[in-house]
Amino acid sequence: MRTESFLLLFFKKEALSSIYAFMTVPGSSDGARLRVSAPAGDRLAAVELALDAGKCLAITGPSGAGKSLLLRMIADLDLHEGEAWLDGRRRSAMKGPEWRSQVVYCAPESGWWHAVVGAHFGSHYPLTLAAQLGLAPGIFEREVRLCSTGERQRLALLRSLSRKPPVLLLDEPTGPLDPESVARVEAVLLEHLARGAAIVIVTHDPAQAARLGGEQLSMRGGRLSPA
Amino acid sequence: MNAISLTPEDLAVAALLILVDGALSLVLRLDLHRQILVAALRLVAQLLLIGYVLRVVFALGSPAVTLLIVVLMTLVAAREVAARSDRKFAGRGNFTIASIAVTAATGITVLLALATAIRPHPWWNPHYAIPLAGIVLGSVLNAASLSLDAMLDGVVRERAAIEAQLALGATYQEAIRPLIRNAARKGLIPIINQMSAAGIITLPGIMTGQILAGMDPMEAVKYQILLMFLLAGGSGLASVGMAFLAAGRLTDGRQRLRLDRLKA
Repeated sequence: MRTESFLLLFFKKEALSSIYAFMTVPGSSDGARLRVSAPAGDRLAAVELALDAGKCLAITGPSGAGKSLLLRMIADLDLHEGEAWLDGRRRSAMKGPEWRSQVVYCAPESGWWHAVVGAHFGSHYPLTLAAQLGLAPGIFEREVRLCSTGERQRLALLRSLSRKPPVLLLDEPTGPLDPESVARVEAVLLEHLARGAAIVIVTHDPAQAARLGGEQLSMRGGRLSPA
Repeated sequence: MNAISLTPEDLAVAALLILVDGALSLVLRLDLHRQILVAALRLVAQLLLIGYVLRVVFALGSPAVTLLIVVLMTLVAAREVAARSDRKFAGRGNFTIASIAVTAATGITVLLALATAIRPHPWWNPHYAIPLAGIVLGSVLNAASLSLDAMLDGVVRERAAIEAQLALGATYQEAIRPLIRNAARKGLIPIINQMSAAGIITLPGIMTGQILAGMDPMEAVKYQILLMFLLAGGSGLASVGMAFLAAGRLTDGRQRLRLDRLKA
């Protein structure tokens, strides 16, 4: 903060942010995969988060507490103040799409923009990963509207996972799933953690948080606290 | 041209048909007689008023007054576009983008017609500029409002799909493109219908008016074709322009989908 006010004597604020883009900002050089720092906003209290590669952070709390808002804020989908870093790189130094292709948010209600499932994936369907999630290869030829809620949920997860993003923001990924599918999803997530991804997961199930083996925070009225 | 001049008595006889409508409404309990009467009175009052205004403006022959009238007409059309969409931008957003789309589409089309096909002297002659602007505005208004409505409705309906794409790293342009296409298409449908129906299903109003006013049918047809092309051009510009302007206002420098800019 002091450095900044000192530098502000010589540079305009806009110029400062482009200078910052080329240097490592104090506080982000500790090797965290994801770091978030945001002042209090309309519905969220101030947030300071850091998550190392291969680590999982589970957020629990009642509906409407701001858990989705937090994930959307990290993914830069809503207007807000604050900054985030991916492996030390400032979000504000990247374009929105560049950031979001690496810090991927997976919404609780999946969105689809083609009629057929396969059209949402590239030319090579992630068949192995699909099988791990309990999805048969034939599902790629199906129409989205003919898939069940649980299938769509796993397909959306598959869509995000198959891009192998360094950070995943999962918003109740196992909400509508049966116990067997939940176990499959968790196994896949553990595999991704082992490969170095960082995951922030919003869940209603404290046991799930324990199974994914990470830190657990609770959100109430827009404020994060140790669970 | 030897137009048969209409007398007030002629119009009074035609007004009997309005009374017939009113009587039908009373007998069949359609409960529309008051509305029919009010609409008919408004029609007479509004048209008489504009008739007098045009007479004065034509007589004045001033470029400033002509421009003023055209600008007023454009602003009223833009207001209408802004007010017609179900969903609206907060603040004056709707009116701002509607004004830009309506002004650009109408301006380009009318100036093109005045500079090429019609070429009156002087080029801004109110006798040509005002009616042309009026008819183009009608079409532009329709196209722009259909396009805006489709766009705003579309983004709210497709929010999950758009944000799913953004969340996977798609650019806003990629995610919004199908909606722009859809909105632009919606705005163009009426003029396509009008062109295909002209002459077979409907005798277009302009042509009918000119034939009734004593013009040779082939001359009237040529005018109608010219006007239809102008309307098609104006509609296309308005509809595409409106879709892009609305799409642009729904995002920001971070390429987010900013539905918070719509009125709740």
